[in-house]
Amino acid sequence: MNIRSQVSMVFHLDKCIGCHTCSIACKNVWTDRKGADYMWWNNVETKPGTGYPTKWEDQEQYHGGWEKNGDEPINIKSTGKARVIPNIFHNPHMPSMDDYYEPWTYDYQNLFNAEEGADQPIAKPISMITGEEVKVEAGPNWDDDLGGSQIYAANDPNLEGLSEQQRLQLSSVERLVFFYLPRICNHCLNPCCVASCPSGALYKRGEDGIVLIDQKKCRAWRSCVAACPYKKTYFNWFTGKSEKCILCFPRLEVGEAPACFHSCVGRIRYLGVLLYDADRLEEVANLPDEELVEGQRSLILNPHDSEVVRKAQSAGIPDGVIESAQRSPVYKFVMDWKIALPPHIEYRTLPMLFYVPPMSPVMANFEDGVASHQMENLFHGIDEARVPMKYFANLFGAGHEGVVRYALGKQLAVRWHRRAETVGDVDRATANRLLREADCSTDEAEAIYKLTSLCTFEDRFVIPPMYREQAIEMVKEPHEQRAETGFGFVGSPQRGL
Amino acid sequence: MSVLDAIAWIRDDVNPKARGWEEFYRNRWQHDKIVRSTHGVNCTGGCTWQIHVKDGIVTWEMQGLDYPLLESGIPPYEPRGCQRGISYSWYLYSPLRVKYPYIRGALLDLWRKARADHQDPVDAWKSMVENPDSRRRWQKARGKGGLRRTDWETVLELISASLVHTIKSHGPDRIAGFSPIPAMSMISYASGARLLQLLGGVSLSFYDWYCDLPTASPETWGEQTDVAESADWYHAKLLAVMGSNLNMTRTPDCHFAAEARHNGSKMWVFSPDFSQVSKYADEWIDVNAGQDGAWWMAVNHVLLTEFHHQRQVPYFDKYTRKFTDAPYLVELKKGNDGILRPGQLLRAGRLKQYADQQHGEWKFLMWDEKSGTPKMPMGSSGHRWGDVKGQWNLLLKDGKDGSDIHPALTFLKSGDNVLQVELDDFGMGTVYQRGVPTRIIKTADGQQAQVTTVYDLMMAQYGVNRDLAGDYPTDYDDEQAPFTPAWSEKYTGRGRDDVIRFAREWGRTAELTEGKCTIIIGAGINHWYHANLMYRAGIHALMFCGCVGKNGGGLAHYVGQEKLAPAESWASIMSAKDWQSTPRLQNAPSWHYVHSDQWRYEKDFTDYHTVPKQHDEDNMASGHAMDMQVRAVRNGWLPFYPQFPENPIEVATAARESGAKSPEDVAAWVAERLKNRDMKFSVEDPDAEENWPRVWFIWRGNALMSSAKGHEYFLRHYLGTHDNCVNEDMAEDSVKEIAWHEQAPQGKMDLVVDLNFRMDTSALYSDIVLPAATWYEKADLNSTDMHSFIHPLSKAVPPCWESKSDWQIFELVAQKFSELAEKHFPEPVEDLVAAPLAHDSPAEIAQPNMKQWIDGGVEAIPGKTMPNFKVVTRDYKNLFNQFISYGPNVREGGLAAHGTGYSIKDEYDEYLKTHPTVTWNGNTYPSLRRDTEVCNTILHFATVTNGELAYRSYKNMEKKTGLPLVHLAEKSRSVRASYEDLQCQPQRFINSPMWSGLIEDGRTYSAFTYNIDADVPWRTLTGRQQFYLDHPVYIQFGEHVPTYKPKPLPTQYADLTFSEGEAPSESQVLTLNYLTPHGKWHIHSTYGDNQRMTTLSRGVDPIWISVQDAESLGVDDNDWVEVYNDNGVVVTRAAVSSRIPPGICIQYHSPERTYSVPKSPLRKNRRAGGHNSLTRTRLKPNFMIGGYGQFTYHFNYWGPIGCNRDTHIIIRKCPVVNF
Repeated sequence: MNIRSQVSMVFHLDKCIGCHTCSIACKNVWTDRKGADYMWWNNVETKPGTGYPTKWEDQEQYHGGWEKNGDEPINIKSTGKARVIPNIFHNPHMPSMDDYYEPWTYDYQNLFNAEEGADQPIAKPISMITGEEVKVEAGPNWDDDLGGSQIYAANDPNLEGLSEQQRLQLSSVERLVFFYLPRICNHCLNPCCVASCPSGALYKRGEDGIVLIDQKKCRAWRSCVAACPYKKTYFNWFTGKSEKCILCFPRLEVGEAPACFHSCVGRIRYLGVLLYDADRLEEVANLPDEELVEGQRSLILNPHDSEVVRKAQSAGIPDGVIESAQRSPVYKFVMDWKIALPPHIEYRTLPMLFYVPPMSPVMANFEDGVASHQMENLFHGIDEARVPMKYFANLFGAGHEGVVRYALGKQLAVRWHRRAETVGDVDRATANRLLREADCSTDEAEAIYKLTSLCTFEDRFVIPPMYREQAIEMVKEPHEQRAETGFGFVGSPQRGL
Repeated sequence: MSVLDAIAWIRDDVNPKARGWEEFYRNRWQHDKIVRSTHGVNCTGGCTWQIHVKDGIVTWEMQGLDYPLLESGIPPYEPRGCQRGISYSWYLYSPLRVKYPYIRGALLDLWRKARADHQDPVDAWKSMVENPDSRRRWQKARGKGGLRRTDWETVLELISASLVHTIKSHGPDRIAGFSPIPAMSMISYASGARLLQLLGGVSLSFYDWYCDLPTASPETWGEQTDVAESADWYHAKLLAVMGSNLNMTRTPDCHFAAEARHNGSKMWVFSPDFSQVSKYADEWIDVNAGQDGAWWMAVNHVLLTEFHHQRQVPYFDKYTRKFTDAPYLVELKKGNDGILRPGQLLRAGRLKQYADQQHGEWKFLMWDEKSGTPKMPMGSSGHRWGDVKGQWNLLLKDGKDGSDIHPALTFLKSGDNVLQVELDDFGMGTVYQRGVPTRIIKTADGQQAQVTTVYDLMMAQYGVNRDLAGDYPTDYDDEQAPFTPAWSEKYTGRGRDDVIRFAREWGRTAELTEGKCTIIIGAGINHWYHANLMYRAGIHALMFCGCVGKNGGGLAHYVGQEKLAPAESWASIMSAKDWQSTPRLQNAPSWHYVHSDQWRYEKDFTDYHTVPKQHDEDNMASGHAMDMQVRAVRNGWLPFYPQFPENPIEVATAARESGAKSPEDVAAWVAERLKNRDMKFSVEDPDAEENWPRVWFIWRGNALMSSAKGHEYFLRHYLGTHDNCVNEDMAEDSVKEIAWHEQAPQGKMDLVVDLNFRMDTSALYSDIVLPAATWYEKADLNSTDMHSFIHPLSKAVPPCWESKSDWQIFELVAQKFSELAEKHFPEPVEDLVAAPLAHDSPAEIAQPNMKQWIDGGVEAIPGKTMPNFKVVTRDYKNLFNQFISYGPNVREGGLAAHGTGYSIKDEYDEYLKTHPTVTWNGNTYPSLRRDTEVCNTILHFATVTNGELAYRSYKNMEKKTGLPLVHLAEKSRSVRASYEDLQCQPQRFINSPMWSGLIEDGRTYSAFTYNIDADVPWRTLTGRQQFYLDHPVYIQFGEHVPTYKPKPLPTQYADLTFSEGEAPSESQVLTLNYLTPHGKWHIHSTYGDNQRMTTLSRGVDPIWISVQDAESLGVDDNDWVEVYNDNGVVVTRAAVSSRIPPGICIQYHSPERTYSVPKSPLRKNRRAGGHNSLTRTRLKPNFMIGGYGQFTYHFNYWGPIGCNRDTHIIIRKCPVVNF
């Protein structure tokens, strides 16, 4: 057993309101500069939809992630078998500017400076790259709220496996639906961005598992951009370095939640430590698709198990981190309750961001120009919900419905339980039956309800201590650092091979 | 290669030496300080923010997390703040920032020349503005570029000269100012308002103009709006969300709804499109746009049938008896046609036993079951304004003898007779007769009155089949009879089973939880012409099931932001009541409708407003809205400025010269002149030059675009510049009370001054743009109805470049003005102010009938049958001194709001010792010189932030009500909040009788819990929640009972008269209903133009259309479309989505026309407009009445609203795109 600790995340999609506050919190702090202007380390997508960069889930196009062929061990799909790959100078599967968008602003100053004329002056859109006038044809959130749904939603790769009829229904009033999918780097356990870098510029931080791109070492190969199936590494066209979500490690290091977590006004985000067994990564990453979700869970260790604690200690994991893992809300969602699921685990990077799948409104019937619902109960069942189970399965179950069904069924049972508790128009026996069917005790239901609804900031974000003094000590006396930090000249990353 | 090798590439790196580069990101995160502020925009958010400053530059903002927790078992408020708020820091240093004063070049050239020719700036302005050619010169240049950077001295002198000139030549009531929604940055709002009121100028309202005012709220509760804070949604076990897109518009609050669902609450969403909030719904009801009223009428039909008639729920029964007007007696009146219809409430004074009662016309009756007699409960407006105090309460006791009353809800079993009354089916345009159980009551004059109860009348109106004779529905499936579930289908497009199921869930939930059903409602409903009817139907479902005044229950109306929590002290500063009485407060809808000449472009309102067929002769439910407007002003129901064609200062002088000694003499003299028509009201001849508004200040708002319903009419008639309107005059034959001018004037405004931090449309079209400090550069206060905390705005950095805070700017104008006044107004002058009959004053019982003095129906009595006329002394020379001092009137007269009040004499004197002061003319006052001082003055003297004053105010309420109330203030009596306290942590309000919710011990705020828990009346006619609106005009309009009225058809609404057929015949066109709900990337027009929001949207504000409509237009997603009607034109891109149903289109409120707007091929290739280019305003006449209970004017409280949702447009693919 090789125990490591990983800062992990849960996004509760049922609560996501699609506001994009997270995206801007991130943009303001990290990517509001030349070369990074088009990057959205955090973005929010409307699903069904094609997202950003467009159709990122279409690995036929992008060749991202790991590939498993038969009994052979997995390989990086974008580069083939060899570590240093033939496509290093030209990767045909790399997203282009068209797949992202050309960042633009407006000639605002014309409003102040225009000479008096016969008509009203205007600020025209101009490219932030060329400074020239630009036609705005794409953006990082272009299909928000089903904008252009016939072009975008209809081409969502997750619709695979749905019948033609089912796809058509999704755009009619009876079945019409969308939900939001906020995305950041998953800080995977098996990150193929790291594996793909010819320069060795990417690494996972030992203390927290955060995946970073060394801004000094990066040599602009962009292999990471091609390899990441989630398209969460980006090439900075100005500095010539790739960049990605850093999980706000400078904030985590001082005990603050990442900016996008802090600012999540839907209160959908949770963060905490998971302990896992790195020795079994290889085995799990090679499991058949249908076993991947369970397989990933099996990597994650119970921090309350005294054996695990002992081994973690001997692996050098500080007590404070172990204690933090024991309080981790992520562990509850992923392991205790099993209602949070990894996105596209079939990419086999073993993402450490988990999603609680959302509920959706009941389906309708439409007859003689009048729409109505066929509802027998106060709350509709998960199969009457508008998002097809198969769609969720493609997104969160490597195509398999069981784990999604379980997660949604339990959420619903909790609602029945709370209804029985707070109103009484649902009898206790019915609520108990539904809980039993959902594999949920009343205590668990209460715990799920509380962490979902009543959670405070401290409940949502259990940030492990980072022991910065010990890290600094390896370079310099912390006592000196205290006196010296901040003095000195700061250098920017330099472009170059 | 083995897998192991592949995995081995993944390095866990712990070596800090190798990771030294990580400082790259650590350095970015570092900052120098964090300052608490928030956003003073017109937004309900009220979020506390941490502004991060590095190197003296604001770098970014993050939400504050330190909200104190409320009661346990409620999710916390943290974090608050949305995508828009967090993008605000972009503006500070952006190329859109107004850094310096700007002036229109043409104006500056003329000014410089005039200044060279004239020693006195006032003479210089006079020479320019009285020369028609020079005046036209700068008017025509408006909005067409040519702005020039200038300096503060130049603009302050020009503005001040224009003010002096306007006051001298026309009168101060030609100077107007518009700034919206003070709650969000109340000091900034107060700055300009205070200057205006000291000048005698006009403050324009906003809440009604924005169509935020839910008129059903004053109709039902006598309350502008009072609603639950968002945390209270969590208590609701059934959430009905209609016309409110929570995640779009209540972004920081939305989580409470999501979290409630996980606590077992059920959520229904009503929206024609699959709106963003539909995502959360258990059930999404795609009710046809604007037909929600029909849904709720049918819901009430079911609720009454199943929870009131077939089975009586004890809780509902008890609640309805005590807290609503349901048991009151309504007189049935025979018309000239011999048909019986519901009339007014039977007045207690008409009965022999109550004939001796003071204000017997304003006291009403219930039928006492025990004694079998009518009794007169306390709590009516007659008790409120009577000489005997302590009778204004909800106790079920007789106001004369104190005996208990056991009110009968119905005469179903105990009536004398069942009589057929006629009611209207406006949907089908017919009438029906339904039987109601009645009693006969002898009146003092020996006559007999046929009465029924309001409850029985409601049963009849809603069509509850109680086996009474008449046109009652057979059952729920009766499609012909209003208001059955089957009936509703043809309007809502939703099945009857859904209505029935919803109503049963509603009733059952309310029964089990004692009222925990909440309607969250918004602009999606309130912007329709007949919004009040839709609201009322929903409100009735709440009232019938005891949901109002309950935590987790009630009507949560969130449109705009009316809740300025520390209202008493703030209002005194805003309206300069600390120096003088009687401000000039104008309802903006009327003002704009009249002055921007929009009334000229329509005919009779009955073209589109369905009313009952006329029953009597002096029926006001006919004719032109403008005539009703004139009546409303003449009768004192609504304000209007300018008042008279004459200068009000000269009017006052003339009165004095004619021998008037007292203020009453002056008023009588003015009344006499009006009565004999020697002088008329300005509103009777608005196009005459002497009645134009002249100078307009705009600050904190976008008065020329975002809120300018009829934007193109503003451009034409206010500004006198180009416009894209093709509409033509059509009112000449309709208007009776108006002097008609063949040619409508263009360019009424001499000068438009805009204070702004960004170059928005209003700035672009103004004459002078003054650089305003941003919300991170000044001190201010912020409160909201979404939560119960009060927030500061603070200076993270000083005002950048040459900008100044609004308070500072208006202070400088005041200073310059006073300098010029030394010469022009060396002595104080008297100003005659006309003001309407006021809510929360005895004017609420002015007239039980709508008699008019103009036709001799009643005496012309100022303050009763016509406006009040007050003499206000203006000391212009000392105006600046007054501006910066908290004046003596509040020390003497105390403070008041919402009908509550208290003395502050001792606190004022104490405050002088502990806070900064100013001294002039030998007197010392609390200083208002600095914005922080204004903040502290407001906080110190308001009940919500000073526990002692709250205690005092409750004490006064005890005298009025005869109820024990001070216990409500005990727990917070020692609370005092200062500006500095608020900067440390958000602080919650405390209980105050000015607000209707009780919040001690962390209880979530829910409106009217004070009324329910403490038996304090609503400020209505009966003191109860009103099902029945017995005002004679409401009866004439058929809105005395809840009902359904059809949406105005596009052909009737006359938006397409001149534009139909305008496009070349080869163009594919469609006519669509044009909806402008609040969007994701704006708070009104703010934020939408910043680079963050444009990037996350589509770089423009597209028109959302359905796939089907796009197909028939030949339009693909992101194609440019031209959208037009008689009012104007918009050119933008199409967002084609299956989310949108056919027949409607959505352009989210509110785009600017300053960026990415091409020219319009159809309209002479001129720059196309913004969303309000397509709208105009229409005033619903029954909102213009006054002087009658809750139907009495108050600023932003009552009056017509600027509805625009019924607009239709024509859309086509734009053939050519040219910037």
